[in-house]
Amino acid sequence: MTQSSSGAQPLRQSSLRDRIDMYVVAARQAIIEQLQYRLANMMFMVHVLIEPVIYLVVWSTVARAQGGEIGGYTAAQFAGYYIIWTLVRQFNLTLGPHNFNWRIKEGRLAAELLRPVHPIQVDLGYYLGFKVPQTLYWLPMGILLWLLFKPEINPEWWQVLAFPFVLILAFFVRFCFMWVLGLVCFWTEKIDALFELYFAAELLFSGRLVPLELMPAWTQSIANFLPFQWTFYFPIEVLLGRVSPVDLGWGVLAQVAWVVGGYSLIMLVWKQAIKRFTAVGG
Amino acid sequence: MAAAGIRVNNLTKIYKVPEREAGLKAAVVSLFKRKNKDVRAVDGITFEIEPGEIVGFLGPNGAGKTTTLKMLSGLLYPSSGELSVLGYLPEKREKAFLQQITLVMGQRSQLNWDIPALDSYDLYRAIYGIPVEQYKQARDKMIELMMLGDLVKKPVRNLSLGERMKAEMVGALLHQPGVLFLDEPTIGVDVTMQRRIRNFIQEYNHERKATVLLTSHYMADVQALCKRVIVIHHGKILYDGLLSGLVDRFSALKTLVVTTSDMNGQTPDMSKYGTVVKSEANRIALRVSRAEAPQVTARLLADLPVTDLTVEDPPIEEVIENVFATPAEETK
Repeated sequence: MTQSSSGAQPLRQSSLRDRIDMYVVAARQAIIEQLQYRLANMMFMVHVLIEPVIYLVVWSTVARAQGGEIGGYTAAQFAGYYIIWTLVRQFNLTLGPHNFNWRIKEGRLAAELLRPVHPIQVDLGYYLGFKVPQTLYWLPMGILLWLLFKPEINPEWWQVLAFPFVLILAFFVRFCFMWVLGLVCFWTEKIDALFELYFAAELLFSGRLVPLELMPAWTQSIANFLPFQWTFYFPIEVLLGRVSPVDLGWGVLAQVAWVVGGYSLIMLVWKQAIKRFTAVGG
Repeated sequence: MAAAGIRVNNLTKIYKVPEREAGLKAAVVSLFKRKNKDVRAVDGITFEIEPGEIVGFLGPNGAGKTTTLKMLSGLLYPSSGELSVLGYLPEKREKAFLQQITLVMGQRSQLNWDIPALDSYDLYRAIYGIPVEQYKQARDKMIELMMLGDLVKKPVRNLSLGERMKAEMVGALLHQPGVLFLDEPTIGVDVTMQRRIRNFIQEYNHERKATVLLTSHYMADVQALCKRVIVIHHGKILYDGLLSGLVDRFSALKTLVVTTSDMNGQTPDMSKYGTVVKSEANRIALRVSRAEAPQVTARLLADLPVTDLTVEDPPIEEVIENVFATPAEETK
């Protein structure tokens, strides 16, 4: 403790370097935390893999029954789609509304509000770091699926290069919208129904259930006005090699636009949420 | 902004609380018509705390202590009234303000349970933008003062309550705040740990000249740390002054402890002097009203072969208990 003649602390101005340092430390914290729970994470990985493996088996079987192809996808391409799906899923995993509920109930949010940094900044660093162990846990599963289902993917070099960027953007889009959803907890604790509705919409309009080309035309039309496809379908299609350079450019623009829109929505709702929180306490 | 302590003027917080009777009918009715009632958690309180002062904020559960601390730290908007902390308006939650305060709630944890406290400290360093050398110096000194040793390298979930609380205190003070709001920081921890935490607060206040507002149900905390106390009950301030003055203000009784020489097996009727609270051999403790104490003392000295006589105030816990037993109407 340094000596001071008054209780007032000289003010610290935060710089970009401080901000980056904070992201790095938060990311490191996530890595330390996740590496502790090896078994739990492996079990979670198995749980995450069950969903796409079911889709993969069903659609591969249907494709073979239809003469080897359905909607432009062969059985091997379906395998490619759903194996990339598992990697994309690892990357777009982020905090859920239950996490928000826990934060409010346990008083964690109150503590976070007393810090001179917006809680979303720490979350962002944390969930980016979270991707490192998740990718490590995914690798053996991904290799196993690859060997079992022998997928066919044909990306060009520029599509391979673009994939990590669209993957990170997919995470940002989903991160923003899950945060918005989480903010509903400031008004009600019973958000399970809303959460389920969100996931139902995501399942239908994101390409999570099935590639969007195989969905009815009306579903594809609606999906164009929603953020979901940019979090699943688009990055998968990029690595599958099914996206033209122009579509890639438009896709990245759409992802950026949804991130900007989602972040603006967070800031808008956040102001109201904080007003409510500070009115009723937590 | 000029550095100042804490200023509170006519501060009020009213909560809207849903009200519903028990039973199915009430549940159905509440679907269509919701009833709320206003609860005045804090009711027009006024006080000032000078920089560097440690003040005990006392009151029973539900008195309004935590609500006040939350308003002072910017976690709650006041319904009315004025307040300023270090010259800032807390509800604005400006970064400069947040860098200079801390709120420790004994029943709430801020550290990440799954990782060692050291890793959480590092995150706090990054959040507050504390220069690395300054951080290491402050951290190591506080760890030493709290005698935490290698405990900060164990995941927080593996620490005992007392160890965790000590680790929480270090984390809460790493950014060296000038104002500390401590809400029952020693709750549930054993006496040794309580003493350690008290010493730590005292040391921090001494070195940093920090302003401390402390709530605690343990009078040992208050007696060790606070010269001044503010007593709040039913949202109103009942007393604001020296701890020693609290007894004069709220205790109408004194305890006289009389020791007599042997009276050849005779036992005098002591009940005529006051209420006998303890009697053993030639030593008797009597409870008498504060006003009558001088006369009773004189009578005892005249009537009995007194070898020793002391006049004592009742224990502070007992005084506080009496204060807390005051009904709401009497605090208006």
